[in-house]
Amino acid sequence: MIPAIQLDGVSKHYDGIRALDGVSLTIGQGEFFGLLGPNGAGKTTLINILAGLVLASSGSARVLGHDVVADYRAARRALGVVPQELVFDPFLTVREALDFQSGYFGLRNNRDWIEEVMHHLDLAERASTNMRALSGGMKRRVLVALALVHKPPVIVLDEPTAGVDVELRQALWQFVRRLNHDGHTIVLTTHYLEEAEALCSRIAMLKHGRIVALDTTQNLLRLHLGCYLELRLQPDRLPESLAALVTLRREGGYRLGLRDYAEVERVIAELRSAGISIQELEVLQPDLEEIFVQIMRKS
Amino acid sequence: MTSLDQNAAPGRLPAIPHSSPVTGFWTLYRKEWLRFWRVSVQTILAPILTALLFLVVFAYSLRGRVDVFPGVDYAAFLVPGLAMMSVLQNAFANSSSSLMQSKMTGNIVFVLLPPLSHQEFFGAYLLAAVARGMVVGAGVLVATVWFVDLKLVYPLWAAAFALGGSGVMGALGIVAGIHSEKVDELAAFQNFIILPLTFLSGVFYSIHSLPPVWQAASHLNPIFYMVDGFRYGFFGASDVSPWLSLAIVGTSLFALSFFNLWLLRSGYKLRH
Repeated sequence: MIPAIQLDGVSKHYDGIRALDGVSLTIGQGEFFGLLGPNGAGKTTLINILAGLVLASSGSARVLGHDVVADYRAARRALGVVPQELVFDPFLTVREALDFQSGYFGLRNNRDWIEEVMHHLDLAERASTNMRALSGGMKRRVLVALALVHKPPVIVLDEPTAGVDVELRQALWQFVRRLNHDGHTIVLTTHYLEEAEALCSRIAMLKHGRIVALDTTQNLLRLHLGCYLELRLQPDRLPESLAALVTLRREGGYRLGLRDYAEVERVIAELRSAGISIQELEVLQPDLEEIFVQIMRKS
Repeated sequence: MTSLDQNAAPGRLPAIPHSSPVTGFWTLYRKEWLRFWRVSVQTILAPILTALLFLVVFAYSLRGRVDVFPGVDYAAFLVPGLAMMSVLQNAFANSSSSLMQSKMTGNIVFVLLPPLSHQEFFGAYLLAAVARGMVVGAGVLVATVWFVDLKLVYPLWAAAFALGGSGVMGALGIVAGIHSEKVDELAAFQNFIILPLTFLSGVFYSIHSLPPVWQAASHLNPIFYMVDGFRYGFFGASDVSPWLSLAIVGTSLFALSFFNLWLLRSGYKLRH
């Protein structure tokens, strides 16, 4: 099966800055793929190369087998991109923006699909509103709608929930899950790691323009063995024998990193021997954020 | 989970809808038309008023003092020049400002993401620039015809130069809009290149009234040929042969079109 996205040795240099350094990546059709990394890691550059907004310095990128430079028309027809910035055309209403975007993709008589997309994104009541008059959250919805007018098989969302409220974030997650259920390949970049953990089946982590981790979400989570133990102690001190396990210290509490659950018993025994009583105890599972921080530190 | 698209086949890759090759071009042209039409007070009425003011001021102050064509009143001589100057300046302004503003606000992505060919992109912006130039030019003629006795001896020549000239300036505007990254840069283009060239193109005078060295200098100004050729359509008289003017305008349009397509293909300042 032709991959939805194929990157082979893609590099991008800007005036001596290496934004991407030999990135190779394959994303299968129907995947829900996460692209994570700190600011400046190269996520947006990678997306912009796929979209044709940036020309790679070397390497090749394909969308559903179509080279994004040599066969750019077919590649762009197959791709929908929700940009990170809240950009809009101030001369247009919501419906006009969608009509025009539809026309740019060569589609006539697309009104039924546009109405459907507006309905699912709660834009129908604001269809005749000028883009300038919309709130940030509504503009974000319009950006998603604009990326969908031509029913692209591959959809890239660049931090779609940045700066949006919880209700809209939940609504967008639900909407994007439905798109994936319908067969669309989704590529998501986000700084909200709980979002990536909840939605993505496979994740790539970028740092300084290189992939530093690429695996299924489950495998990445299993990289961190064991658990965390959150403790509130009386007196508020820890025996020396347990000092090496501390991962976080805050007023009135400690977080210890344990290799496995069996160590919980040892910790409790050591505290009892030292005459320290446990006021509160909580066992925490590692999350993607912990994995991400560990991987970024190692790289 | 119910499907978003009622026509989707469950579990199958969504099919890419069939698209028409001409629709993209026409849609972009319609958007560009709408962009200037919705602010027509600024983009159409204001330049017409400016041309009228030039007519009033220059006709009253220079009438009888400037030799133009034999038997042609100075005010009548002025009108085609003012109309053509409006055509050229507004054609340039339309494409250059539209691209500049889109780049600054970031909404240029909506035009760069779709599969528009370089020809569609260039053609749409060019046609919209020509449209605005022609609308303003027609407006100037309609507004000024009440003040002067104007004839149109060769209407096809006038139309050819209006279309060709607005095409050249529209194409130049696309170059300026693509190149400029700040408002200053575009303003410099307009104030130091377009404005001087249009004002010194024979709009307000016949070049035969100039000293020889300035006549020769005028022949180096491509806008002179546009104005002179357009004026030929009204009076049947010109400073140079209309065929020479047509050749120069046509060659300029071809060269600028070729250059624009090369720029778009290279991604210069549009695709990093």
